[in-house]
Amino acid sequence: MKHIISILMENESGALSRVAGLFSARGYNIESLTVAPTEDPSLSRMTLVTSGSEEIIEQITKQLNKLIDVVKLVDLAESFHIERELMMVKIKTTIENRDEIRSMANIFRGKIIDVTPSTYIIEMTGPSEKLDAFIAAIDPDSIIEAVRSGATGISRGEKGLHL
Amino acid sequence: MELSGAQILVQSLIDEGVEYIFGYPGGAVLHLYDALFQQDELKHILVRHEQGATHAADGYARATGKPGVVLVTSGPGATNAVTGIATAYMDSIPMVIISGQVSLPVIGSDAFQEVDMIGITRPCVKHNFLVKDVTKLAETIKKAFYVATTGRPGPVVIDVPKDITAPNIKVPYKYPKKVSIRSYNPVVTGHKGQIKKAVELLLSAQKPIIYSGGGVVLGEASNELIEFTKTLGYPITNTLMGLGAYPATEKQFVGMLGMHGTYEANMAMHDSDVIIAIGARFDDRVTGKLDLFCPYAKIIHIDVDPASISKTVKVDIPIVGDVKPVLKQMLELIKESQKKPDKKALEQWWNQIRHWQALNCLDFDRTSPLIKPQYVIEQLHEVTKGDAYVTSDVGQHQMWVAQYYPFDKPRHWINSGGLGTMGFGLPAAIGVKLAFPESEVACVTGDASIQMCIQELSTALQYNTPIKIINLNNRYMGMVRQWQEFSYQSRYSHSYMDTIPEFVQLAEAYGHVGMRISKPEEVRPALEAAFAMTDRTVFLDIMTDQTENVYPMIEAGKGHHEMKLRVATGTSTDRELA
Ligand SMILES: Cc1cc2nc3c(=O)[nH]c(=O)nc-3n(C[C@H](O)[C@H](O)[C@H](O)COP(=O)(O)OP(=O)(O)OC[C@H]3O[C@@H](n4cnc5c(N)ncnc54)[C@H](O)[C@@H]3O)c2cc1C
Ligand SMILES: Cc1ncc(C[n+]2csc(CCOP(=O)(O)OP(=O)(O)O)c2C)c(N)n1
Ligand SMILES: [Mg+2]
Repeated sequence: MKHIISILMENESGALSRVAGLFSARGYNIESLTVAPTEDPSLSRMTLVTSGSEEIIEQITKQLNKLIDVVKLVDLAESFHIERELMMVKIKTTIENRDEIRSMANIFRGKIIDVTPSTYIIEMTGPSEKLDAFIAAIDPDSIIEAVRSGATGISRGEKGLHL
Repeated sequence: MELSGAQILVQSLIDEGVEYIFGYPGGAVLHLYDALFQQDELKHILVRHEQGATHAADGYARATGKPGVVLVTSGPGATNAVTGIATAYMDSIPMVIISGQVSLPVIGSDAFQEVDMIGITRPCVKHNFLVKDVTKLAETIKKAFYVATTGRPGPVVIDVPKDITAPNIKVPYKYPKKVSIRSYNPVVTGHKGQIKKAVELLLSAQKPIIYSGGGVVLGEASNELIEFTKTLGYPITNTLMGLGAYPATEKQFVGMLGMHGTYEANMAMHDSDVIIAIGARFDDRVTGKLDLFCPYAKIIHIDVDPASISKTVKVDIPIVGDVKPVLKQMLELIKESQKKPDKKALEQWWNQIRHWQALNCLDFDRTSPLIKPQYVIEQLHEVTKGDAYVTSDVGQHQMWVAQYYPFDKPRHWINSGGLGTMGFGLPAAIGVKLAFPESEVACVTGDASIQMCIQELSTALQYNTPIKIINLNNRYMGMVRQWQEFSYQSRYSHSYMDTIPEFVQLAEAYGHVGMRISKPEEVRPALEAAFAMTDRTVFLDIMTDQTENVYPMIEAGKGHHEMKLRVATGTSTDRELA
């Protein structure tokens, strides 16, 4: 099962490689990983998407907690949460398919953010599955490039991950 | 007080209470060596290879419980230390390793003797630090010792760029008395509810067994373990790393468990209905095939490291905490409890265990004209009255010490269990002897292992650390040969060396005493003579039976109840195998 693990860690050089190194050394898979500073400059926040059996996820969270640079973490799959990923797709357009692509983008609540005579760039956010669905709905030959940020997430309600 | 980085480093170690630093100089640490030269509180032990420095510091740490400290230069000095760092990491040994690094402005430029020590050691340290600001040096050192010695101990590397130690840059110095790290708060006491549940389960057991490990040694909880075990009257087995934490000559002790453990310990594990694992980590050498592990047992597990719990074997009652306070908490509840261990069930259980013990699984041929390695260890035990610190290398000889030298005290059995590092024994023995100059220190080694750090014989002379090296010379990488005999139809691929040196001459060349022993009747007198030479390092080159194997054994893919036992012992003459 897919798990989104949200990690608060010391904003130190090398902290990211400790996490990445842990995953490769122990053979855990990483589907995506995002990291950025937080409102507190001494901390950064990492969101990691991984999958595995319950036992493996338990080991992953324990091993992550063991890293000295990790301050706190939460497995978002354990509670109600919101997940978002950003995608930008560059699509080759022709006179015939331009309308169709625009309406498809609308259906998925995407925005066209760049237009040339032969291309569109569509920006879209949402849970990763929604972005997957959009890609699947488009003729694969027309996709020039797709970039995705990797998922990030936040828990709902008053609870939060902070010091 | 204003000091240079080099002076801060030395003074911080002194203020931390460090007695010895094991090291080897080089370009990146020259400022540090100059600062060392100008003081005489901190004693530097010059080894002959950086691997030796790490193992010596490690031996010191295992014997004393205090962190071992190492100083190496950048590049090759640092990489040479890695094996020793990984060795300490696998056995959770507290160490602080200071590695020189190229100056900050040239880091990343492939400078002379530059290596990414932080990157290289990341997977085999508890934590590492790169010092980027001399004003943070003292605090970083304090943090390193704090991390290394608390919670589940482990090695910590401090990578120090050369310009940080420059003599002309002086900054105010104050060694912090305490540090805290907001992201690091090891758990100490155990969860009361869990402890209560554990005690209830323990007291309702019919076939209980206590399985304790290195965590009891690391957590200085030997006395608590003894009281706990005696109060309950349950059988106890120790892992290789836990030997000595419970006195091996006491009658509740059923021997080591695992691959080369005793028949009775493994059978008792297999048949038990309740296991309490105390500071042990369910290593694969211990569990055998996981699907067959302890099929009838409910498992309680005490460990400071939550990641050790339910890692390989799912446990029923986890208790995260330091073994000493947790055992105390448990003992109190046991004493308060109305419930007592089921006497009748326990009696039956002990009868069953005695029945297994009657098989005498550690028996060996005592009539052989060849020297049996097991006999040598038994004699070593007698001659040292069971009181010596014994270090070992890795192989059959290591297992024979574990089986035939019953350790009654913790911290006396010093060996590399998790990484299994050949070359560990000799430098470790030097570290132990420095810590306890009045105690007897023996290094039991093999003809292959000893050659991996043999250069440290020179260190042993320089610092006058009179240790006794017992080389069980079977002219084989015996452990490898044994596996090849059992699993590869005796195709002895590269487990034999045709050019084993004359160890006696070698020892003499290094300035020590060498003795060669070829007959069983010479063993005892030679050991006595060696230990009588209290001021000399003695190398006993003991020519043992080449064909001897370590029994009993759980072969790969087997369970605890499927041990391979020794069958009628034959002896073959030397070279027959080659
Ligand atoms: C050739 C060879 C053969 C071997 N054969 C065997 C064998 O037959 N049997 C055997 O047992 N081993 C054997 N080993 C050793 C084996 O590889 C492991 O090193 C060993 O079994 C691990 O011991 P342990 O479980 O006690 O854990 P350790 O490695 O000692 O780990 C200690 C555990 O205790 C925890 N801990 C530390 N401090 C505390 C504290 N204060 N409070 C609570 N918990 C704490 C740690 O988190 C860790 O989980 C062999 C090794 C070699 C090289
Ligand atoms: C550095 C290292 N290399 C290889 C091994 C694999 N290994 C384990 S035991 C052993 C043979 C040890 O031979 P010896 O020291 O003569 O001991 P014996 O088994 O004969 O008692 C080897 C090669 C190891 N443990 N460590
Ligand atoms: Mg050998």
